[in-house]
Amino acid sequence: MSTKIDQVSTSKRTTSTHLRIAPGEPALVVDRVYKRFNVASEPWWRRVLPLGRAQNGTEAPANGNGHAPKARRGKELVTAVNDVSFTVERREIFGVLGPNGSGKSTLIRLLSTLLVPDDGHIRVFGFDVVKDEMQVKRLINRVSVEAAFFKKLSPRENLLYGARLYGVSGKEADRKAREILKRLGLKESSYTAPMEDMSRGMQQKVAIARAFLTQPVLLLLDEPTTGLDPRSKLEVQSFVNELRDVHDATILITTHDMNEADALCDRIAILDDGKIVALDTPENLKKLVGRNGHEPTLEDVFMELTGKELVEKDDVEDYQPEKILAG
Amino acid sequence: MIKGLQIEARQSYAFVARNFNLVKRYWGWEVVWLAYSIANALSVTFIGAGAGVITGQTDINTNFLITYLLIGTLVWHFLSGIFNVISEMIAWERWEGTIEYTLMAPTRRYTQIFGQAAFAVVYILLFTATIGLVVSSFFDLDFSDADLPGAVIILLAGSLSFVGIGVVASILPLLYPERGAQMTNIVQALFLLVSGVYYPVSVLPEWLQTVSKISPATYVLAGMRAALLPGTSDQSLMSYVWPLLLMGVVMLPLGIYLFQRAERYTKRTGKLKRNG
Ligand SMILES: Nc1ncnc2c1ncn2[C@@H]1O[C@H](COP(=O)(O)OP(=O)(O)O)[C@@H](O)[C@H]1O
Ligand SMILES: [Mg+2]
Repeated sequence: MSTKIDQVSTSKRTTSTHLRIAPGEPALVVDRVYKRFNVASEPWWRRVLPLGRAQNGTEAPANGNGHAPKARRGKELVTAVNDVSFTVERREIFGVLGPNGSGKSTLIRLLSTLLVPDDGHIRVFGFDVVKDEMQVKRLINRVSVEAAFFKKLSPRENLLYGARLYGVSGKEADRKAREILKRLGLKESSYTAPMEDMSRGMQQKVAIARAFLTQPVLLLLDEPTTGLDPRSKLEVQSFVNELRDVHDATILITTHDMNEADALCDRIAILDDGKIVALDTPENLKKLVGRNGHEPTLEDVFMELTGKELVEKDDVEDYQPEKILAG
Repeated sequence: MIKGLQIEARQSYAFVARNFNLVKRYWGWEVVWLAYSIANALSVTFIGAGAGVITGQTDINTNFLITYLLIGTLVWHFLSGIFNVISEMIAWERWEGTIEYTLMAPTRRYTQIFGQAAFAVVYILLFTATIGLVVSSFFDLDFSDADLPGAVIILLAGSLSFVGIGVVASILPLLYPERGAQMTNIVQALFLLVSGVYYPVSVLPEWLQTVSKISPATYVLAGMRAALLPGTSDQSLMSYVWPLLLMGVVMLPLGIYLFQRAERYTKRTGKLKRNG
């Protein structure tokens, strides 16, 4: 562990992000949460032909706050998050594993106040994401699969903007950003050059730095390593471990990479069509399936539980730097 | 308390610094836009210079006409510039893909709008002043009798209401990801038509004159002409400032309120973003 990063941790909690957190509160409580979207109906020929993915559940939900959407004309309701409940303890690395379209990003957006749940409750260190939105915002940050930066601005300009939004001074942000990016292996000269010239892996490191600069106590990582080359993947994973070990962060990470989930997470929730189909430590999950001549993998677990493949053929090749930069 | 203010000041400044960085990084476009704006302002003011030739009348006070048109084009540039910076606040970030990160931050909307407005006023004022200097160098205009402090007060009061209207318009791209930005241009065109930018409102059909009364630009333009073209108005400057302040005081909180409602709506329906 570099001493540079240790300094970052000692100067922790000097910014606006500190809030009084009740001791003993779990980092995150998700309680019977639903989220549905109105989407354009599938064309009739798609419905008639037995192609495509499994039908999404549209059964009527328990209605709570009266905000539940109704299907409009020419639209249908998609239940992206379907009665999801779990608790994440402090300093835990909690994985949400599921194929594309299983509701991982929707879940992350619900936790990060970007979507309001139709039903159920979410508490971050005891604060309700709807009622105490501002407090929750101070406690969290998020890294999404696409880097989401001002393309023409440099990492420095982007990071200072991001940090100032959280009340961190430009000077402090600049100093820390340099440390973190050095730790993550970003070239000094890239720091002040436009982001659009960077590789996807580098951009993702800047994205992690942006989240880390605001010292979140709960860090939400939405497929942070998807589309990265194997080496960047490992670097990001080791930094995630470091964030927990050195900086006491609680981390919720989504992925459709079972090796990553296996290597990184203390516990894993397997999500399929918006529903949690299993939740346990990687070891216990693997005990769910018998060994067929080899060590069971999470892939086997997923197959066993859902009867589906975790990664569809067309999901594998999702490394598209231009597309990702364009957002 | 002090600490809280300091944090809000930093948050507002985040937008100022970011926007100036964007200006710097997209400087090519800024140059193009400046050149275009100067050409546009000149071609309008040359209508004044050519009035005698166009109409065949010799006793036209062309300098008066040129100043009249110049005030129109500059004030319009200023107000529509403020309106654009504010109303494109969401559309721009949607395009860059940063919108979720800005809306996820613990920054209050009025803090954000304050920063955005501060940038808008400073930047657009510099931009408009440059156009004004270049264009007036083509003519022999006399501003020695002009009430410059009065003009500045009118402009600032006008900015207040245009920030408010801009905030309301910025909701459109939030609610209608595809067509919202186009709608804000329609709003702008309406202001251009009714506010008496290049002609007195009195030449408009009756019903448009009624509409012009609710456009703050009408008061800014009349007030600026009263300040910079002495003898054109017998009303005190204050009679233009009050309606502007009043509209600003109503529009700004209303805009922020509506914005928050719209933000809530997008968070319920998932209109903000769905990829990723
Ligand atoms: N904003 C939205 N509007 C409409 N449908 C959405 C929106 N976000 C997600 N969905 C739908 O919800 C389902 C879950 O999507 P998502 O949470 O992005 O899954 P994942 O991140 O696991 O790939 C998908 O069917 C997707 O099309
Ligand atoms: Mg996703």
